[in-house]
Amino acid sequence: MCLGIPGKVVEIRDDGALRMARVDFGGVRKEACLAYLPEVGIGDYVIVHVGFAISQLDEEEALKTLELLRMIDEEGMAMELGSMPAETAAERGTAGSPASAGSPASAAPPAAPGAPA
Amino acid sequence: MKYVDEYRNAEIARKLVDEIHRITTRPWSLMEVCGGQTHTLVKQGIDEALPKGVRMIHGPGCPVCVTPLEQIDKALAIAARPDVIFTSYGDMLRVPGSTTDLLSLKARGADVRIVYSPLDAVRIAVANPDRQVVFFAIGFETTAPANAMAVRQAARLGLDNFTVLVSHVLVPPAMTAILESPTCQVQAFLAAGHVCAVMGWTEYEPIAERYHVPIVVTGFEPLDLLEGILMAIRQLETGRAVVENQYARAVKREGNREAQETVFRVFDVGERTWRGIGTIPASGYHLRPEFQKFDAESRFEVGDIHTREHPACIAGQILQGTKTPLDCTAYGVLCSPQKPLGAPMVSAEGVCSAYHAAGRGLAAPTAFPLYDLSRPLSEAPK
Amino acid sequence: MTEKRAAVDPFGGFPDEPAGGGPEPGAAATPAPDPSNLACLAPIPERARVLLGHGSGGQLSAALMRDVIGPALATAGGAPQGPLNDAAVVDVAGGRLAFTTDSFVVSPLEFPGGDIGELAVNGTVNDLAMMGAQPLALSLAYVIEEGLPIDELRKVTESVARAAARAGVRVVTGDTKVVGRGAADGLFVNTAGIGLVAAGVSVGADRAAPGDAVLLSGPIGLHGIAIMSVREGLGFEVEIASDTQPLNALVAAIVAACPEVHVLRDPTRGGLASALNEIAAASGVGLDLREETIPIPGPVRAACEMLGLDPLHVANEGKLVAIVPAVAVEAVLAAMRTLPEGAEAVEIGRVVADHPAMVTVRTIVGSQRIVDMLVGEQLPRIC
Repeated sequence: MCLGIPGKVVEIRDDGALRMARVDFGGVRKEACLAYLPEVGIGDYVIVHVGFAISQLDEEEALKTLELLRMIDEEGMAMELGSMPAETAAERGTAGSPASAGSPASAAPPAAPGAPA
Repeated sequence: MKYVDEYRNAEIARKLVDEIHRITTRPWSLMEVCGGQTHTLVKQGIDEALPKGVRMIHGPGCPVCVTPLEQIDKALAIAARPDVIFTSYGDMLRVPGSTTDLLSLKARGADVRIVYSPLDAVRIAVANPDRQVVFFAIGFETTAPANAMAVRQAARLGLDNFTVLVSHVLVPPAMTAILESPTCQVQAFLAAGHVCAVMGWTEYEPIAERYHVPIVVTGFEPLDLLEGILMAIRQLETGRAVVENQYARAVKREGNREAQETVFRVFDVGERTWRGIGTIPASGYHLRPEFQKFDAESRFEVGDIHTREHPACIAGQILQGTKTPLDCTAYGVLCSPQKPLGAPMVSAEGVCSAYHAAGRGLAAPTAFPLYDLSRPLSEAPK
Repeated sequence: MTEKRAAVDPFGGFPDEPAGGGPEPGAAATPAPDPSNLACLAPIPERARVLLGHGSGGQLSAALMRDVIGPALATAGGAPQGPLNDAAVVDVAGGRLAFTTDSFVVSPLEFPGGDIGELAVNGTVNDLAMMGAQPLALSLAYVIEEGLPIDELRKVTESVARAAARAGVRVVTGDTKVVGRGAADGLFVNTAGIGLVAAGVSVGADRAAPGDAVLLSGPIGLHGIAIMSVREGLGFEVEIASDTQPLNALVAAIVAACPEVHVLRDPTRGGLASALNEIAAASGVGLDLREETIPIPGPVRAACEMLGLDPLHVANEGKLVAIVPAVAVEAVLAAMRTLPEGAEAVEIGRVVADHPAMVTVRTIVGSQRIVDMLVGEQLPRIC
């Protein structure tokens, strides 16, 4: 039910009061309703769930995520040395109560060198 | 596939696994909420690749699994009527009711049709003005916007032969119910990515704070889950408990405003019974009074429903995360995807079906041997 | 129908089956009847009827053969002997004849990449080829639904002729019946075929041996997805067509490169997973696959994602699996790749002595996951 797949909008038309799109999912094309993403245009990528586009994919965020994932080795090292990139948590949209311990950016793991559990 | 393949990269997956091992110093129990996430975890063997002390407790995020037995039985009663075309998402067809299921009803001649989108059900209603079309509107918040739009469309088109049988459930009350349980072992959550794509994550902030549990909004691809687990464990190891967003490419804090508006125009919040768990207040959607004429429960007299769960089925405990399919005596023996006793075995997102499909805990392969017809049946296969 | 004991058989064994009728797959040992199951849960009548799933090529189909058809054939001593293969091999003076039959009930009759006529010829030619036999002759029987446009019948039959010519085989005999409206999905086709098994070739589902290599002739999932794309209700457009094609030339090339090829199988209904599971079980061996080596075209993957299907369970109509001794891998792959139908042939795994009758696949995080047979009806009728 959470089955939502990313696809590219290749055509848009109006069906009565509903804005509909033809979305291309890696070579398979299917119709989806764009009523919930009025700003989306041709060429944009969306997540489609049961025939409705519910979210537009943010290319920048996607690239950032991948970049961070690729850097996971260096990042791991950086965390150990206490110099984790400051933007990570904030940029990812962390929200927390003021009472949470310390600022996310300076959090460092306990000194024990990576002993797997 | 763009936005999919990149998140299945084997090399990065292994690096993430290594990093999780590197930073984990104590045992932790995490819950992934969504059935789709459970499915990926089990299918890719991610939960087995984690450090020994890290346990993934599978959450109740399978809307098919938690649809109350009463609603299934009502669906069956309605679908059996000759004037009704009963439409539903595919998964619901094999969910066992008290005595039968929609697929069996279909085999017996009931007009039961699978639809991919609720708008298809509306189209069927338009095309069949002399029949009553009923749509089984189940799902979490992810599906509510679609179901709501179907109702609005029906209203717009002035249809008098379209109704919905509603059984929507909400995630945050379920998480709270789990956290309130005296047997709760969950220390962090991976929140359902697509639920949050619709609703945003503001509802989770008070939960993180009140119960001091990290909550990481997570996607569904293997790398998403690994990164979500990594972020959750990082918080746990450092004593933090905030909401973070791993699924940044698809989720924003405020969610999808248009979708939320339509949902709240059509539905309001009320109590819901979750199959196997019980009644949770303010945990479901019901049609607003102004849309009552589209309520299948009002239109169809379904009579007395006496529900009966199979005594061997422990779906409730599985959905609450207190047991796994491996703890179930019926699993793989009495209960299998082909002959399910409960919903988690039949739903594509159900925990039991995920385990069964991956062959977990099945002592002998379920692969059916090609038999030698000259050999007596009582002999064991080679 | 009196219920002597509630069915413990997870495959919905028919209620009258006596207790102790064979071990249940998936059980550690035959369990004692579960007292909670003897409580009055009324038998669901559908368990005693044939379901669509019984035709899907997966576990239900196998159960139907085991519980009903096999025993019935055995009552008059007429049961076929030996493990079930795609075709039977019968000794005749001086040689071995392969003999097979198949029925085709695909709906719609025409789909991207072919029609029921082409499917029927290729399907039967391939069943013969999977026994290492070159096709000699086919029979063609029609069961036609009243009301079928004559033009369609003509078109299908011309397809049959073209496909037969392409495979180098003749249709030599046939039959035609017409049934009332609603009794057949437009047209049902049955074909039977005979072929001569090449000398020195002895393939069979039970011949896989530990150490053998598992080869696949090309990308999977095309036929099933092509069919689904035109079925009502699932409407999606896709750039792919069914891969239906005759494989006898490919088999000839394989046999020439390696006469001691152990297993040949075309993974049709139930997909690659079901075919490999049948082989693993019949041979009493395990199969280990590597996920990243299995060729799945982009649109097939996308369609499977959308529908929540496993590409390994999707039907194929122009692919084969060849299990050969490891030393022959290079030679066989080279031979396969000289033909268009084998141009993308790859090795996808190995036969092992571990976990007999189980097929496993290595995931991207390095874990091993069991790949099961298709359970019941997951796809619409496709052939």
